[in-house]
Amino acid sequence: MQKLELLAELQKHFPEAEFPENTQLTEMVISKDKIHEVAAVLKADETLAFDYLISQTAVDWKEKMTLVYHLESVKHRHTLVLKADVADRENPQVETVSDIWPTAIPHECEVFDLFGIRFNNHPALRRLFLEDDYGYPLRKDFRDEVNFIER
Amino acid sequence: MSEEIIKDVIIGESDDYIINMGPQHPSTHGVLRLEVCLQGETVKYLIPHVGYIHRGIEKMCEASSYPQIIHLTDRMDYLSAHMNNEAVCLCVENAMQVEVPERVKYIRTILDELNRIASHQLWWCAFGMDLGALTTFFYGLRDRELILDIFEESFGSRLLHSFNTPGGLMHDIHPNFQKRVKDFITYFRKKLPEYDQLLTGNVIFQQRAKGVGLMSKEKAIAYGVTGPSGRGSGFSCDLRKHAPYSAYDKVQFNEILYNEGDTFARYKVRMDEMWESMNIIEQLIDNIPDDGFTAKMKPIIKLPAGEYFQRVETARGEFAVYIVSDGNKTPYRIKFRSPNFSNLFVMNELASGGKIADLIAISGSLDLVIPDIDR
Repeated sequence: MQKLELLAELQKHFPEAEFPENTQLTEMVISKDKIHEVAAVLKADETLAFDYLISQTAVDWKEKMTLVYHLESVKHRHTLVLKADVADRENPQVETVSDIWPTAIPHECEVFDLFGIRFNNHPALRRLFLEDDYGYPLRKDFRDEVNFIER
Repeated sequence: MSEEIIKDVIIGESDDYIINMGPQHPSTHGVLRLEVCLQGETVKYLIPHVGYIHRGIEKMCEASSYPQIIHLTDRMDYLSAHMNNEAVCLCVENAMQVEVPERVKYIRTILDELNRIASHQLWWCAFGMDLGALTTFFYGLRDRELILDIFEESFGSRLLHSFNTPGGLMHDIHPNFQKRVKDFITYFRKKLPEYDQLLTGNVIFQQRAKGVGLMSKEKAIAYGVTGPSGRGSGFSCDLRKHAPYSAYDKVQFNEILYNEGDTFARYKVRMDEMWESMNIIEQLIDNIPDDGFTAKMKPIIKLPAGEYFQRVETARGEFAVYIVSDGNKTPYRIKFRSPNFSNLFVMNELASGGKIADLIAISGSLDLVIPDIDR
Protein backbone atom coordinates (compact mmCIF):
# COMPACT_ATOMS: atom_id res chain seq x y z
CA MET A 1 0.00 0.00 0.00
CA GLN A 2 1.31 3.45 -0.84
CA LYS A 3 2.02 5.97 1.90
CA LEU A 4 -0.98 8.18 1.05
CA GLU A 5 -3.44 5.30 0.83
CA LEU A 6 -2.18 3.99 4.14
CA LEU A 7 -2.63 7.42 5.71
CA ALA A 8 -6.20 7.66 4.43
CA GLU A 9 -6.96 4.18 5.74
CA LEU A 10 -5.53 5.02 9.16
CA GLN A 11 -7.48 8.28 9.34
CA LYS A 12 -10.65 6.36 8.62
CA HIS A 13 -10.01 3.91 11.48
CA PHE A 14 -8.59 6.35 14.03
CA PRO A 15 -10.18 9.78 13.58
CA GLU A 16 -8.93 11.02 16.96
CA ALA A 17 -5.24 10.23 16.23
CA GLU A 18 -2.69 12.83 15.10
CA PHE A 19 -0.58 12.37 11.99
CA PRO A 20 2.65 14.45 12.02
CA GLU A 21 3.78 15.62 8.58
CA ASN A 22 7.17 15.56 6.85
CA THR A 23 8.39 12.41 8.54
CA GLN A 24 10.48 9.65 7.01
CA LEU A 25 7.90 6.95 7.73
CA THR A 26 4.17 7.25 8.29
CA GLU A 27 3.63 8.26 11.91
CA MET A 28 0.58 8.14 14.14
CA VAL A 29 0.35 9.67 17.61
CA ILE A 30 -2.32 8.39 19.97
CA SER A 31 -3.24 8.81 23.60
CA LYS A 32 -1.50 6.32 25.88
CA ASP A 33 -4.77 4.99 27.33
CA LYS A 34 -5.86 3.81 23.88
CA ILE A 35 -2.69 1.90 23.07
CA HIS A 36 -4.01 -1.62 23.56
CA GLU A 37 -7.26 -0.88 21.73
CA VAL A 38 -5.46 0.70 18.75
CA ALA A 39 -2.86 -2.08 18.59
CA ALA A 40 -5.58 -4.73 18.45
CA VAL A 41 -7.25 -2.99 15.49
CA LEU A 42 -3.91 -2.46 13.71
CA LYS A 43 -3.21 -6.16 13.84
CA ALA A 44 -6.68 -7.54 13.19
CA ASP A 45 -7.82 -5.27 10.35
CA GLU A 46 -7.43 -6.90 6.92
CA THR A 47 -6.26 -3.81 5.03
CA LEU A 48 -3.80 -2.72 7.76
CA ALA A 49 -2.62 -6.14 9.02
CA PHE A 50 0.37 -4.93 11.04
CA ASP A 51 1.46 -8.33 12.29
CA TYR A 52 5.18 -7.74 12.80
CA LEU A 53 6.48 -5.50 15.58
CA ILE A 54 9.97 -4.53 14.42
CA SER A 55 11.03 -2.71 17.53
CA GLN A 56 9.62 -1.01 20.56
CA THR A 57 11.41 1.68 22.48
CA ALA A 58 11.00 5.01 24.26
CA VAL A 59 12.48 8.50 24.06
CA ASP A 60 12.87 10.78 27.05
CA TRP A 61 11.96 14.39 26.21
CA LYS A 62 12.47 15.58 29.81
CA GLU A 63 8.90 16.89 30.30
CA LYS A 64 7.42 13.67 28.90
CA MET A 65 8.44 10.28 27.59
CA THR A 66 7.33 8.94 24.23
CA LEU A 67 6.78 5.28 23.50
CA VAL A 68 7.72 4.38 19.93
CA TYR A 69 6.52 1.24 18.14
CA HIS A 70 7.84 0.38 14.68
CA LEU A 71 5.38 -1.86 12.88
CA GLU A 72 5.35 -3.67 9.57
CA SER A 73 2.79 -5.67 7.69
CA VAL A 74 4.29 -8.82 6.23
CA LYS A 75 1.40 -9.17 3.78
CA HIS A 76 1.23 -5.60 2.45
CA ARG A 77 4.85 -4.52 3.19
CA HIS A 78 3.93 -1.15 4.65
CA THR A 79 5.40 0.31 7.82
CA LEU A 80 4.04 2.54 10.55
CA VAL A 81 5.52 4.34 13.54
CA LEU A 82 3.07 4.37 16.42
CA LYS A 83 3.72 6.85 19.21
CA ALA A 84 2.18 7.59 22.58
CA ASP A 85 3.23 10.17 25.15
CA VAL A 86 3.63 9.29 28.82
CA ALA A 87 3.58 12.42 30.94
CA ASP A 88 3.93 10.91 34.43
CA ARG A 89 7.59 10.48 35.38
CA GLU A 90 7.10 9.26 38.94
CA ASN A 91 4.97 6.23 38.23
CA PRO A 92 4.49 5.85 34.46
CA GLN A 93 2.09 3.05 33.54
CA VAL A 94 0.93 1.82 30.14
CA GLU A 95 -1.12 -1.15 28.97
CA THR A 96 0.97 -3.97 27.52
CA VAL A 97 0.72 -5.05 23.88
CA SER A 98 2.50 -8.35 24.47
CA ASP A 99 -0.73 -10.33 24.03
CA ILE A 100 -1.02 -8.88 20.51
CA TRP A 101 2.64 -9.10 19.46
CA PRO A 102 4.49 -11.61 21.72
CA THR A 103 7.84 -10.11 20.70
CA ALA A 104 6.86 -7.17 22.91
CA ILE A 105 7.47 -9.33 26.00
CA PRO A 106 11.26 -8.82 25.97
CA HIS A 107 11.02 -5.37 24.39
CA GLU A 108 8.76 -4.12 27.16
CA CYS A 109 11.11 -5.58 29.76
CA GLU A 110 13.91 -3.61 28.14
CA VAL A 111 11.91 -0.36 28.16
CA PHE A 112 11.02 -0.96 31.80
CA ASP A 113 14.65 -1.66 32.61
CA LEU A 114 16.07 1.43 30.93
CA PHE A 115 13.21 3.96 31.27
CA GLY A 116 11.17 2.73 34.22
CA ILE A 117 7.87 2.61 32.35
CA ARG A 118 5.63 -0.09 33.82
CA PHE A 119 3.47 -2.22 31.54
CA ASN A 120 0.21 -3.41 33.07
CA ASN A 121 -0.87 -7.02 32.50
CA HIS A 122 2.58 -7.97 31.22
CA PRO A 123 3.16 -11.70 31.86
CA ALA A 124 6.67 -11.39 33.33
CA LEU A 125 7.87 -7.83 33.73
CA ARG A 126 11.40 -7.82 35.14
CA ARG A 127 14.65 -5.90 34.88
CA LEU A 128 16.45 -7.50 32.00
CA PHE A 129 20.00 -6.16 32.12
CA LEU A 130 20.47 -4.23 35.34
CA GLU A 131 20.15 -4.67 39.10
CA ASP A 132 16.79 -4.08 40.74
CA ASP A 133 17.96 -1.03 42.72
CA TYR A 134 19.77 0.62 39.83
CA GLY A 135 18.28 3.82 38.34
CA TYR A 136 16.81 4.14 34.87
CA PRO A 137 19.88 5.00 32.78
CA LEU A 138 18.32 6.15 29.52
CA ARG A 139 16.36 8.90 31.27
CA LYS A 140 18.00 12.24 30.71
CA ASP A 141 18.11 13.10 34.41
CA PHE A 142 20.00 9.90 35.30
CA ARG A 143 23.27 10.52 37.12
CA ASP A 144 25.92 8.02 38.11
CA GLU A 145 28.48 9.70 40.36
CA VAL A 146 30.98 6.87 40.10
CA ASN A 147 31.09 5.96 36.42
CA PHE A 148 30.13 9.21 34.67
CA ILE A 149 32.54 11.87 33.50
CA GLU A 150 30.80 15.20 32.91
CA ARG A 151 32.32 17.39 30.26
CA MET B 1 3.51 -39.29 59.84
CA SER B 2 7.21 -38.94 59.26
CA GLU B 3 6.91 -41.15 56.21
CA GLU B 4 4.38 -38.81 54.68
CA ILE B 5 6.66 -35.80 55.03
CA ILE B 6 9.48 -37.57 53.29
CA LYS B 7 7.11 -38.58 50.51
CA ASP B 8 6.09 -34.94 50.03
CA VAL B 9 9.63 -33.83 49.68
CA ILE B 10 10.55 -36.46 47.15
CA ILE B 11 7.45 -36.73 45.01
CA GLY B 12 5.35 -33.55 45.46
CA GLU B 13 5.90 -30.35 43.49
CA SER B 14 9.64 -30.76 43.64
CA ASP B 15 9.54 -33.16 40.69
CA ASP B 16 10.55 -30.11 38.69
CA TYR B 17 14.24 -29.73 38.62
CA ILE B 18 15.64 -26.30 37.86
CA ILE B 19 19.14 -26.07 36.50
CA ASN B 20 21.12 -23.17 35.15
CA MET B 21 22.61 -23.67 31.73
CA GLY B 22 25.37 -21.11 31.57
CA PRO B 23 26.61 -18.41 31.99
CA GLN B 24 29.72 -20.39 31.07
CA HIS B 25 28.19 -23.24 29.10
CA PRO B 26 30.20 -23.93 25.93
CA SER B 27 27.16 -24.18 23.66
CA THR B 28 25.84 -20.70 24.49
CA HIS B 29 28.87 -19.11 22.76
CA GLY B 30 29.01 -16.30 25.27
CA VAL B 31 27.71 -15.35 28.65
CA LEU B 32 24.04 -16.28 28.54
CA ARG B 33 22.23 -18.07 31.36
CA LEU B 34 19.21 -20.22 30.63
CA GLU B 35 17.15 -21.14 33.65
CA VAL B 36 15.81 -24.51 32.55
CA CYS B 37 13.00 -26.28 34.36
CA LEU B 38 13.22 -30.02 33.80
CA GLN B 39 10.95 -32.94 34.46
CA GLY B 40 13.17 -35.91 33.97
CA GLU B 41 14.86 -35.16 30.69
CA THR B 42 11.98 -33.09 29.33
CA VAL B 43 12.18 -29.31 29.33
CA LYS B 44 9.06 -27.79 30.93
CA TYR B 45 10.01 -24.18 30.34
CA LEU B 46 13.09 -22.03 30.20
CA ILE B 47 13.80 -18.42 31.09
CA PRO B 48 16.74 -16.65 29.46
CA HIS B 49 18.72 -14.33 31.74
CA VAL B 50 20.80 -11.77 29.89
CA GLY B 51 22.84 -8.72 30.85
CA TYR B 52 26.19 -10.26 31.76
CA ILE B 53 27.98 -8.07 29.23
CA HIS B 54 25.58 -5.15 29.07
CA ARG B 55 27.80 -2.19 28.24
CA GLY B 56 25.16 0.47 27.78
CA ILE B 57 26.08 1.15 24.16
CA GLU B 58 22.91 3.18 23.57
CA LYS B 59 23.82 5.47 26.47
CA MET B 60 27.41 5.76 25.30
CA CYS B 61 26.21 6.75 21.85
CA GLU B 62 24.32 9.72 23.30
CA ALA B 63 27.71 11.25 24.11
CA SER B 64 29.47 10.20 20.90
CA SER B 65 29.61 11.79 17.46
CA TYR B 66 28.37 9.78 14.49
CA PRO B 67 31.82 8.65 13.25
CA GLN B 68 32.52 7.45 16.80
CA ILE B 69 29.25 5.49 16.95
CA ILE B 70 30.43 3.36 14.00
CA HIS B 71 33.11 1.87 16.22
CA LEU B 72 30.60 0.91 18.89
CA THR B 73 28.25 -0.84 16.49
CA ASP B 74 30.66 -3.56 15.46
CA ARG B 75 31.08 -4.51 19.12
CA MET B 76 27.46 -5.67 19.16
CA ASP B 77 27.20 -8.43 16.60
CA TYR B 78 30.91 -8.86 16.03
CA LEU B 79 30.37 -11.46 13.32
CA SER B 80 28.26 -9.04 11.25
CA ALA B 81 30.43 -6.03 12.01
CA HIS B 82 30.31 -4.67 8.50
CA MET B 83 26.52 -4.73 8.23
CA ASN B 84 26.10 -3.02 11.59
CA ASN B 85 28.45 -0.23 10.50
CA GLU B 86 26.59 0.07 7.26
CA ALA B 87 23.23 0.52 8.99
CA VAL B 88 24.43 3.59 10.89
CA CYS B 89 26.18 4.99 7.81
CA LEU B 90 23.08 4.57 5.65
CA CYS B 91 20.93 6.19 8.32
CA VAL B 92 23.25 9.22 8.60
CA GLU B 93 23.60 9.54 4.82
CA ASN B 94 19.85 9.31 4.45
CA ALA B 95 19.30 12.04 7.02
CA MET B 96 21.88 14.38 5.47
CA GLN B 97 20.68 13.48 1.96
CA VAL B 98 24.17 12.60 0.79
CA GLU B 99 24.46 10.51 -2.36
CA VAL B 100 27.40 8.14 -1.98
CA PRO B 101 29.45 7.13 -5.06
CA GLU B 102 28.51 3.93 -6.89
CA ARG B 103 31.91 2.47 -6.01
CA VAL B 104 31.07 2.69 -2.32
CA LYS B 105 27.75 0.93 -2.84
CA TYR B 106 29.38 -1.91 -4.75
CA ILE B 107 32.20 -2.39 -2.26
CA ARG B 108 29.80 -2.30 0.68
CA THR B 109 27.64 -4.98 -0.91
CA ILE B 110 30.63 -7.22 -1.63
CA LEU B 111 31.89 -6.82 1.93
CA ASP B 112 28.41 -7.52 3.32
CA GLU B 113 28.35 -10.82 1.51
CA LEU B 114 31.93 -11.76 2.42
CA ASN B 115 31.06 -11.00 6.01
CA ARG B 116 27.92 -13.09 5.71
CA ILE B 117 29.88 -16.07 4.36
CA ALA B 118 32.46 -15.74 7.15
CA SER B 119 29.70 -15.57 9.75
CA HIS B 120 27.85 -18.58 8.36
CA GLN B 121 31.12 -20.54 8.23
CA LEU B 122 31.74 -19.91 11.90
CA TRP B 123 28.15 -20.80 12.71
CA TRP B 124 28.52 -24.03 10.73
CA CYS B 125 31.66 -25.10 12.59
CA ALA B 126 30.21 -24.26 15.98
CA PHE B 127 26.87 -25.89 15.21
CA GLY B 128 28.54 -29.11 14.18
CA MET B 129 30.66 -29.03 17.30
CA ASP B 130 27.62 -28.43 19.54
CA LEU B 131 26.10 -31.61 18.14
CA GLY B 132 29.28 -33.60 18.62
CA ALA B 133 30.99 -33.38 15.24
CA LEU B 134 34.33 -31.83 16.12
CA THR B 135 35.80 -32.08 12.63
CA THR B 136 33.50 -29.37 11.28
CA PHE B 137 35.34 -26.83 13.39
CA PHE B 138 38.59 -27.41 11.53
CA TYR B 139 36.97 -27.35 8.08
CA GLY B 140 35.06 -24.15 8.75
CA LEU B 141 37.87 -22.22 10.34
CA ARG B 142 40.29 -23.25 7.60
CA ASP B 143 38.14 -21.52 4.97
CA ARG B 144 37.07 -18.61 7.15
CA GLU B 145 40.72 -17.74 7.64
CA LEU B 146 40.99 -16.88 3.94
CA ILE B 147 38.22 -14.27 4.20
CA LEU B 148 39.76 -12.80 7.32
CA ASP B 149 43.09 -12.54 5.47
CA ILE B 150 41.39 -10.52 2.73
CA PHE B 151 39.87 -8.26 5.38
CA GLU B 152 43.21 -7.87 7.10
CA GLU B 153 44.97 -6.88 3.91
CA SER B 154 42.35 -4.35 2.91
CA PHE B 155 41.31 -2.80 6.23
CA GLY B 156 44.06 -3.71 8.67
CA SER B 157 41.78 -5.69 11.00
CA ARG B 158 40.19 -9.08 10.83
CA LEU B 159 37.02 -9.01 12.88
CA LEU B 160 35.95 -5.48 13.84
CA HIS B 161 36.95 -3.51 10.79
CA SER B 162 34.90 -0.27 11.14
CA PHE B 163 35.62 0.25 7.46
CA ASN B 164 32.49 2.28 6.75
CA THR B 165 32.25 5.93 7.58
CA PRO B 166 29.27 8.21 6.99
CA GLY B 167 29.64 9.18 3.34
CA GLY B 168 31.78 6.32 2.14
CA LEU B 169 34.71 4.19 3.22
CA MET B 170 37.75 4.88 5.38
CA HIS B 171 40.12 4.42 2.44
CA ASP B 172 40.16 2.65 -0.89
CA ILE B 173 40.39 -1.12 -1.19
CA HIS B 174 43.76 -2.81 -1.60
CA PRO B 175 44.89 -3.36 -5.23
CA ASN B 176 44.90 -7.11 -4.61
CA PHE B 177 41.34 -7.13 -3.28
CA GLN B 178 39.49 -8.10 -6.46
CA LYS B 179 41.92 -10.86 -7.37
CA ARG B 180 41.92 -12.35 -3.89
CA VAL B 181 38.15 -12.32 -3.62
CA LYS B 182 37.84 -14.06 -6.99
CA ASP B 183 40.43 -16.64 -5.93
CA PHE B 184 38.50 -17.24 -2.74
CA ILE B 185 35.20 -17.77 -4.61
CA THR B 186 36.83 -20.28 -6.95
CA TYR B 187 38.32 -22.09 -3.97
CA PHE B 188 35.17 -22.02 -1.85
CA ARG B 189 32.95 -23.28 -4.65
CA LYS B 190 35.01 -26.47 -4.51
CA LYS B 191 35.05 -26.64 -0.72
CA LEU B 192 31.41 -25.96 0.09
CA PRO B 193 30.23 -29.36 -1.24
CA GLU B 194 32.66 -30.88 1.28
CA TYR B 195 30.60 -29.30 4.05
CA ASP B 196 27.54 -31.10 2.77
CA GLN B 197 29.40 -34.40 2.49
CA LEU B 198 30.72 -34.06 6.00
CA LEU B 199 27.64 -32.96 7.92
CA THR B 200 24.44 -32.41 5.92
CA GLY B 201 23.99 -36.01 4.85
CA ASN B 202 25.20 -37.49 8.13
CA VAL B 203 22.50 -39.75 9.59
CA ILE B 204 23.28 -38.94 13.21
CA PHE B 205 23.17 -35.23 12.47
CA GLN B 206 19.91 -35.48 10.54
CA GLN B 207 18.24 -37.40 13.32
CA ARG B 208 19.24 -34.76 15.83
CA ALA B 209 18.12 -31.88 13.58
CA LYS B 210 15.02 -33.00 11.69
CA GLY B 211 11.71 -32.29 13.38
CA VAL B 212 13.40 -30.64 16.36
CA GLY B 213 12.40 -27.16 17.54
CA LEU B 214 9.44 -26.67 15.24
CA MET B 215 8.47 -23.04 14.63
CA SER B 216 5.47 -22.10 12.52
CA LYS B 217 5.47 -19.09 10.22
CA GLU B 218 2.92 -17.33 12.45
CA LYS B 219 5.10 -17.85 15.49
CA ALA B 220 8.16 -16.52 13.67
CA ILE B 221 6.30 -13.33 12.74
CA ALA B 222 4.73 -12.93 16.18
CA TYR B 223 8.07 -13.24 17.95
CA GLY B 224 9.91 -11.17 15.35
CA VAL B 225 12.31 -13.97 14.43
CA THR B 226 14.12 -12.72 11.34
CA GLY B 227 17.09 -13.76 9.29
CA PRO B 228 17.86 -17.37 8.39
CA SER B 229 15.98 -18.55 11.50
CA GLY B 230 12.79 -16.86 10.32
CA ARG B 231 13.25 -17.89 6.69
CA GLY B 232 13.55 -21.51 7.77
CA SER B 233 9.90 -21.16 8.83
CA GLY B 234 8.77 -19.58 5.58
CA PHE B 235 8.72 -16.00 6.93
CA SER B 236 9.82 -13.96 3.91
CA CYS B 237 11.89 -11.32 5.69
CA ASP B 238 14.98 -10.76 3.54
CA LEU B 239 15.46 -6.99 3.53
CA ARG B 240 17.92 -7.27 0.68
CA LYS B 241 14.88 -8.21 -1.41
CA HIS B 242 12.10 -6.20 0.24
CA ALA B 243 13.87 -2.95 1.05
CA PRO B 244 17.05 -2.96 -1.09
CA TYR B 245 19.92 -0.76 0.01
CA SER B 246 23.45 -0.25 -1.39
CA ALA B 247 23.79 -2.27 -4.61
CA TYR B 248 21.27 -5.03 -3.86
CA ASP B 249 18.84 -3.64 -6.43
CA LYS B 250 21.44 -4.26 -9.15
CA VAL B 251 22.01 -7.97 -8.55
CA GLN B 252 19.99 -11.10 -9.20
CA PHE B 253 19.59 -13.47 -6.30
CA ASN B 254 17.00 -15.67 -4.67
CA GLU B 255 15.57 -15.33 -1.21
CA ILE B 256 16.10 -18.72 0.43
CA LEU B 257 12.88 -19.97 2.00
CA TYR B 258 12.11 -23.29 3.67
CA ASN B 259 8.74 -24.14 5.12
CA GLU B 260 9.57 -26.98 7.51
CA GLY B 261 10.47 -24.67 10.41
CA ASP B 262 12.70 -27.18 12.18
CA THR B 263 16.37 -27.05 13.07
CA PHE B 264 17.33 -28.73 9.81
CA ALA B 265 15.45 -26.13 7.75
CA ARG B 266 17.30 -23.31 9.51
CA TYR B 267 20.52 -25.18 8.79
CA LYS B 268 19.66 -25.54 5.09
CA VAL B 269 18.81 -21.84 4.75
CA ARG B 270 22.27 -20.84 5.90
CA MET B 271 24.00 -23.41 3.69
CA ASP B 272 22.10 -22.16 0.63
CA GLU B 273 22.72 -18.55 1.55
CA MET B 274 26.45 -19.10 1.24
CA TRP B 275 25.92 -20.13 -2.40
CA GLU B 276 23.72 -17.07 -3.00
CA SER B 277 26.29 -14.79 -1.39
CA MET B 278 28.94 -16.09 -3.76
CA ASN B 279 26.61 -15.41 -6.71
CA ILE B 280 26.09 -11.83 -5.56
CA ILE B 281 29.82 -11.22 -5.16
CA GLU B 282 30.56 -12.65 -8.60
CA GLN B 283 28.06 -10.31 -10.22
CA LEU B 284 29.70 -7.26 -8.66
CA ILE B 285 33.40 -7.94 -8.29
CA ASP B 286 34.38 -7.25 -11.92
CA ASN B 287 32.15 -4.20 -12.35
CA ILE B 288 33.21 -1.95 -9.49
CA PRO B 289 32.89 1.60 -10.89
CA ASP B 290 35.73 4.05 -10.36
CA ASP B 291 34.18 7.21 -8.93
CA GLY B 292 35.88 7.70 -5.61
CA PHE B 293 35.60 5.92 -2.30
CA THR B 294 33.88 8.68 -0.37
CA ALA B 295 31.40 11.48 -0.89
CA LYS B 296 32.26 15.00 0.17
CA MET B 297 31.31 15.31 3.83
CA LYS B 298 31.53 18.16 6.30
CA PRO B 299 34.23 17.72 8.94
CA ILE B 300 31.62 17.80 11.72
CA ILE B 301 28.50 15.79 11.00
CA LYS B 302 25.28 17.25 12.37
CA LEU B 303 21.96 15.67 11.50
CA PRO B 304 18.93 17.90 10.97
CA ALA B 305 16.46 17.63 13.83
CA GLY B 306 14.12 14.71 13.23
CA GLU B 307 13.81 10.95 13.42
CA TYR B 308 15.47 8.47 11.12
CA PHE B 309 15.07 4.73 10.75
CA GLN B 310 17.20 2.35 8.72
CA ARG B 311 17.05 -1.43 8.44
CA VAL B 312 19.65 -3.78 7.05
CA GLU B 313 19.91 -7.55 6.78
CA THR B 314 22.78 -8.92 8.84
CA ALA B 315 23.86 -12.54 8.95
CA ARG B 316 21.39 -13.13 11.80
CA GLY B 317 18.40 -11.09 10.75
CA GLU B 318 17.04 -7.61 10.74
CA PHE B 319 19.24 -4.95 12.30
CA ALA B 320 17.63 -1.54 12.58
CA VAL B 321 18.90 1.83 13.74
CA TYR B 322 16.53 4.48 15.05
CA ILE B 323 18.13 7.90 15.50
CA VAL B 324 16.38 10.84 17.15
CA SER B 325 18.36 13.99 16.44
CA ASP B 326 17.95 17.45 17.93
CA GLY B 327 20.38 19.05 15.47
CA ASN B 328 23.55 18.49 17.48
CA LYS B 329 26.60 16.46 16.54
CA THR B 330 25.55 13.69 18.93
CA PRO B 331 22.23 11.85 18.69
CA TYR B 332 19.56 12.74 21.24
CA ARG B 333 18.55 9.09 21.40
CA ILE B 334 19.71 6.10 19.43
CA LYS B 335 18.11 2.68 19.47
CA PHE B 336 19.53 -0.47 17.95
CA ARG B 337 17.04 -3.16 17.10
CA SER B 338 19.27 -6.19 17.20
CA PRO B 339 18.15 -9.44 15.59
CA ASN B 340 19.45 -11.74 18.33
CA PHE B 341 17.43 -9.99 21.03
CA SER B 342 14.17 -11.03 19.38
CA ASN B 343 15.49 -14.40 18.24
CA LEU B 344 16.54 -15.42 21.75
CA PHE B 345 13.15 -15.01 23.39
CA VAL B 346 11.41 -17.48 21.10
CA MET B 347 13.57 -20.24 22.53
CA ASN B 348 11.12 -21.04 25.33
CA GLU B 349 8.45 -21.74 22.69
CA LEU B 350 10.75 -24.00 20.68
CA ALA B 351 12.34 -25.97 23.50
CA SER B 352 9.36 -26.54 25.82
CA GLY B 353 8.21 -30.12 25.67
CA GLY B 354 11.41 -31.32 24.04
CA LYS B 355 14.42 -33.08 25.48
CA ILE B 356 17.30 -31.19 27.03
CA ALA B 357 19.70 -32.50 24.39
CA ASP B 358 17.53 -30.86 21.73
CA LEU B 359 17.93 -27.54 23.51
CA ILE B 360 21.55 -27.48 22.37
CA ALA B 361 20.50 -28.10 18.78
CA ILE B 362 17.87 -25.36 18.97
CA SER B 363 20.12 -22.72 20.47
CA GLY B 364 22.77 -23.62 17.90
CA SER B 365 20.33 -23.30 15.02
CA LEU B 366 19.20 -19.84 16.17
CA ASP B 367 22.85 -18.73 15.87
CA LEU B 368 22.94 -16.37 18.83
CA VAL B 369 25.65 -13.80 19.40
CA ILE B 370 25.36 -12.65 23.01
CA PRO B 371 26.93 -9.15 22.87
CA ASP B 372 24.24 -8.28 20.35
CA ILE B 373 21.52 -9.19 22.85
CA ASP B 374 23.01 -7.26 25.75
CA ARG B 375 24.28 -4.23 23.80
